[in-house]
Amino acid sequence: MTLLRTPTALLGFAILFALALVALLAPLLFPADPLSIAGPALLRPFQDASLPLGTDRLGRDVLAELVHGARTSLLVGLAAAATSIIIGSVVGTLAGFLGGILDEVLMRVTDAFQTVPGFLLALAFVSVVGPSLPVVVFAIALGAWTGPARVARAEVLSIRERDYVAGARAIGMHPLKIAFREVLPNALPPVLALSSVIVAAAVLTEAALSFLGLGDPNRITWGGMIAEGRTILRFAPYLSIIPGIALVLTVLGVYLAGEGVVEASAARKVRA
Amino acid sequence: MNRALRLIRRRLIASIPVLAIVVLGTFFLLEAAPGDAVDAYAASLGGDAGLNADLRAQWGLDQSIWARLGAYLYALAHLDLGRSVIFSRPNLEVILERLPNTLLLMGSATALSFGLGSLLGIWAGAKPGSLRDRVLSVGSLALYAVPGFWLGLVLIVIFSVQLRWLPLSGIETIASGKQGLARAGDIAVHLILPVGALGLIYLALYLRMMRAGMTEAWRTDYVLAGRARGIPRQRIVLRHVARNALTPLVTMLGVQSAAMLGGSVVIESVFSIPGLGRLAQEAVAGRDTPLLLGIILISAVVVILINLIVDLAYALLDPRVGASEGQS
Repeated sequence: MTLLRTPTALLGFAILFALALVALLAPLLFPADPLSIAGPALLRPFQDASLPLGTDRLGRDVLAELVHGARTSLLVGLAAAATSIIIGSVVGTLAGFLGGILDEVLMRVTDAFQTVPGFLLALAFVSVVGPSLPVVVFAIALGAWTGPARVARAEVLSIRERDYVAGARAIGMHPLKIAFREVLPNALPPVLALSSVIVAAAVLTEAALSFLGLGDPNRITWGGMIAEGRTILRFAPYLSIIPGIALVLTVLGVYLAGEGVVEASAARKVRA
Repeated sequence: MNRALRLIRRRLIASIPVLAIVVLGTFFLLEAAPGDAVDAYAASLGGDAGLNADLRAQWGLDQSIWARLGAYLYALAHLDLGRSVIFSRPNLEVILERLPNTLLLMGSATALSFGLGSLLGIWAGAKPGSLRDRVLSVGSLALYAVPGFWLGLVLIVIFSVQLRWLPLSGIETIASGKQGLARAGDIAVHLILPVGALGLIYLALYLRMMRAGMTEAWRTDYVLAGRARGIPRQRIVLRHVARNALTPLVTMLGVQSAAMLGGSVVIESVFSIPGLGRLAQEAVAGRDTPLLLGIILISAVVVILINLIVDLAYALLDPRVGASEGQS
C-alpha cells in the first residue's frame, strides 16, 4: 500500500473516514431532531458532558447540529463534484472527438463560463431558481465543470489518433458510440485526478452559499451555523468557530488524501 | 511596441464571442427568473393591473422573447444595463460606483498573496525536502482549506473584539470628515482584516507554484553548471532558480482573477464593504435580478481586462511570447 505510506495522506484518509462514518451514523448517534431544544441557551463548550460542544442561541445541541451538518457538506461536495466531472467529460469528449465547428463553439462556451466568477454564477442561479439541495449542487457544478472539460478534451485529442479508434471506425461503429464507449473511458484517469480539488472547492462554495443564506433552508449546514453564530459573535464566538473548524478539517482531509493518491500513482508510474 | 498592440488586438477579438455567450447566458437566466421587472417594481412600490400592463408595454415586456432579446442587445450596445429596482437608478451607474472598492480589495489581496506567497515559495524552494519546506507546504495547504468568510470572522474576533486594534467593518470611518492622506490611511486600516482574510487563503497557490518551479529549476543544466563554477548558493537561488520560476506565477494572476472576484463577494459581506460583492448580495436579497445579471456581465468584463493586462505583462517579461505571431 504505497497510498498509506506518507503520513499526510494517511491523516487525510483518516479524517475522511471519520467524517463519512459520522455523517452516515448521524441518525443513530443523534436520533432526536437536531433543531429541537436540548438544554439551556448559550451553554459554553466543555461545560456539560451531555452537551460537549454547548448549545446555541436557542438551546440546540451544537454537536448534534454539527454531525447532521456533515451530511449536507459531504453530500453536496460529492454530488457537485460528480456532476461537474460528468458534464465536463461529456463536453470535453464531444469537443475533442468531433472537432470542427462544434469544438470551437463548445470551447468558447467553456471560456465564457471560466470568465464569469463561479461563485457569482452560483449565487445568481440559486437566487433565480430558488434554494434547494439539487439546485445548490447544480449551481456549484456550473462553475466547476470547465476544468474537467479542458482536461478531457486534451486527453481525447491524443486518444482519437490511436489505432483502436481507427479500428472502431473501420468496422463502421457510430462516431458517438466510439466517443463514449471507446475514447471517454480511456480519457477519464487524468480527469478523475482533479476530483479532490473539485470536491474541496464544492464544499467551500456550499458553505459560502449557505453562509449568505442561499443554502437549502430545510437542512442544517455548517455555513448556515456560522452565519447564525455571527449575529452574536461578540458574546459567543464559539458558535461560529466550531463549524468553521469542521469545514477546515473536511477540506484539508480531501486535499491531503487527493495528494496522497496523486503521489502514489506517480510512484507507480516511476517503478513501472 | 508592435508586439503589444498585436497581442491586445488578438485578445480583444478573441473575447468577443466569449462576451456574447455571457450576454446570452444572462439574458436567458433573466427570462428564467419568476416574475419580470414590472412584478418586482410593483412589489416594491405597489401598483394595479392596468398600470402594470402599461408599464409592460412601455418596457417592451409584452413582446416575443426574440424581440426582447433584440431590445436587450440594443440597450447593451448603448451601455444601458437597465434600471435597478431596489435603487431606482441605472444599473451601470450603481455598479460602477461600487467597482473601485472591490478592485481595491482584490488588488491588495492579490498583492499580499502573490508577494508573500512567492517569497515563502523561494524560501521553501531554496532547500527542497527540508523541514521548513515541508512545514510551509502543509501549512499553506491548511490555509487554503480555510473558508475566507470564516477566516474573516476569526480575525474580527481576535483583532476587533478581543484586542480592539482594528475596526470591525466598513471601508472607512463614517462621517469622519477626513481628507487626502488621512482618509487614505483610514481606508488602509479598514482594509487590513478583509485583505488579510482574502489574501492569506490564496497565498498557498503562489507558494506551491513557486516551490514546484524552483524544484524543477534546481535540476536544470545551467544551475548545475553554475554550482560547478562555484557561484555562491544564495546567488544561484535568487538569480537563476527563483527568477525562472517566477514568470509562470504571473499567468496565475490572470487565472485567479475570477476566483478572487468571487471570493471578495463573501468577504465584502462579512466586513460590510460597499463593493460589487456586497451589491450582488443586496440584489439577491431585494430580488433585483437585472442588477444581479448586470453585476455578472461587468465582472466578466473586469476578468477579461485583467487577463489582458496580465498577458501584456507576461509578454514584457518573456520576449518570446507573441514574437513569432506577426505573419499569422
